[in-house]
Amino acid sequence: MLVEINNLKIGFPSRTGFHQAVKGVSMKLGTEKLGIVGESGSGKSLTARALMKLLPKQTVIEAEKLAFDGIDILSASEKQMRTIRGKRAGFILQDPKYSLNPVKTIGSQVAESWRTHKGGSKRQALEAAVHLLETVKIRDPKKVAASYPHEVSGGMGQRVMIAMMLAPDPELLIADEPTSALDATVQAEILRLIEELVSERGMGLLLISHDLPLVSHFCDRVAVMYAGQVMEELKASDLLSAQHPYTRGLLNCMPSLIHPKERLPVLTRDPEWLK
Amino acid sequence: MTIEIDNLRIAFGDRKVVKGVSFKVAKGASFGIVGESGSGKSTVLRAMAGLNNEWSGRIAFSGEDAPLKRPPAFFRKVQMVFQDPYGSLHPRQTIDRILSELPLVHGMDRIDDRIAKVLSAVALPQAARFRYPHQLSGGQRQRVAIARALIAEPEVLLLDEPTSALDVSVQAEILNLLADLRAERNLTYVMVSHNLSVIAHLCTEVGVMIDGNMVEQVTAEDLRLGNVQHAHTRELRSLSVELEEPA
Repeated sequence: MLVEINNLKIGFPSRTGFHQAVKGVSMKLGTEKLGIVGESGSGKSLTARALMKLLPKQTVIEAEKLAFDGIDILSASEKQMRTIRGKRAGFILQDPKYSLNPVKTIGSQVAESWRTHKGGSKRQALEAAVHLLETVKIRDPKKVAASYPHEVSGGMGQRVMIAMMLAPDPELLIADEPTSALDATVQAEILRLIEELVSERGMGLLLISHDLPLVSHFCDRVAVMYAGQVMEELKASDLLSAQHPYTRGLLNCMPSLIHPKERLPVLTRDPEWLK
Repeated sequence: MTIEIDNLRIAFGDRKVVKGVSFKVAKGASFGIVGESGSGKSTVLRAMAGLNNEWSGRIAFSGEDAPLKRPPAFFRKVQMVFQDPYGSLHPRQTIDRILSELPLVHGMDRIDDRIAKVLSAVALPQAARFRYPHQLSGGQRQRVAIARALIAEPEVLLLDEPTSALDVSVQAEILNLLADLRAERNLTYVMVSHNLSVIAHLCTEVGVMIDGNMVEQVTAEDLRLGNVQHAHTRELRSLSVELEEPA
């Protein structure tokens, strides 16, 4: 198992007390595509960040097991974490605008990520960067390598982010809403690209999204989260016919192009779900 | 209020952003504009709202041409709701203060009464009145943004991606609210969105924009059935339909 999470709890001390954001989440991930879906505030991003130990200092994390390829994350030192982050597990975030350095060329940023993990000369790194940009299907990789982030589109920026993550050949790719800032046509292309790379290289993928139909088309398994708990875990292809009232509620309240609804059903939340 | 847009052109410096867009919206109807980022859809809406003076062509409400500089009375009739309610509400003003701004500017009477009424029209508790935006949820904030537009008693609402920052569960509530308000008050809507299903849900007619041009106008019904001409409309439709079908 690449990732094992058992009874993970994440909380934050606040001015008025203690806020428990994630309340006992368990999941496992091998070399497959696992999706986490849920509304904002359901704890899906926190779960992924806890796995990379990327949460603020005051965060209280407890778990019976939180492991990446057998390494216990909770007791791992910063030094150990650095051999995992980036190198063995890549992290793609929502908006490339905020993840790329605006004052460095794209080529030098991809080269830096390559060189940090693989070493070699600057020239070798730059050559590797151009090659990586080609891998993510950028048509004119030399030109893009010489450009600054503001000179490329959002979809291109996201490809650059993916290229950077691929540099050290990671075993796991965590993608937190990788396409929600992108147009529908670009979204499809980026997801296809991620899918190809993941299956070609035999990586595990953790895809976090609020978009249920998207995840059901793209992943192998899905965990549905609500208020810090996993409501159900099921095969992605069964997601659109899910039985849990929360999942059903989310699916029903979406407007549909082919099946018009006069009025959209509203989600009624049941305190029973959280027991 | 009928709306007529005729050969609208907008350029920022040398860059042409909107290249001759024309459409009509009947009184009480709702018109949707879809397109990808950079297609110029929001720019059209902002020019209609009077937020941009660099345009040429014709923008007319109720048959009257709108001047480049809009008179104050215009903003009583035409109001706009923006995408991100957090970015469009003043963080250090209470909801009461936010909602009383427009009535004060326009010298309206019974402000207290109007605020109480508009809060119940958007189904917000009266207790929300003395809260700050950060004390409300995303959906409640968008309700405040809609209330702020409604307090002017407008005839036209211009909606710029009103639900794309919200969860689907909250989006459903806001879309229902918008549909109810239009029916109750006979409002005319122009809505911009990148989401075809959302547009088809709320609007009866849809214009598709690409690269500054409105390449096709279809009814929501034809869009559902797939009676569309332009390749871009077909592409957007098939992407949307593909996701709806089981994997």
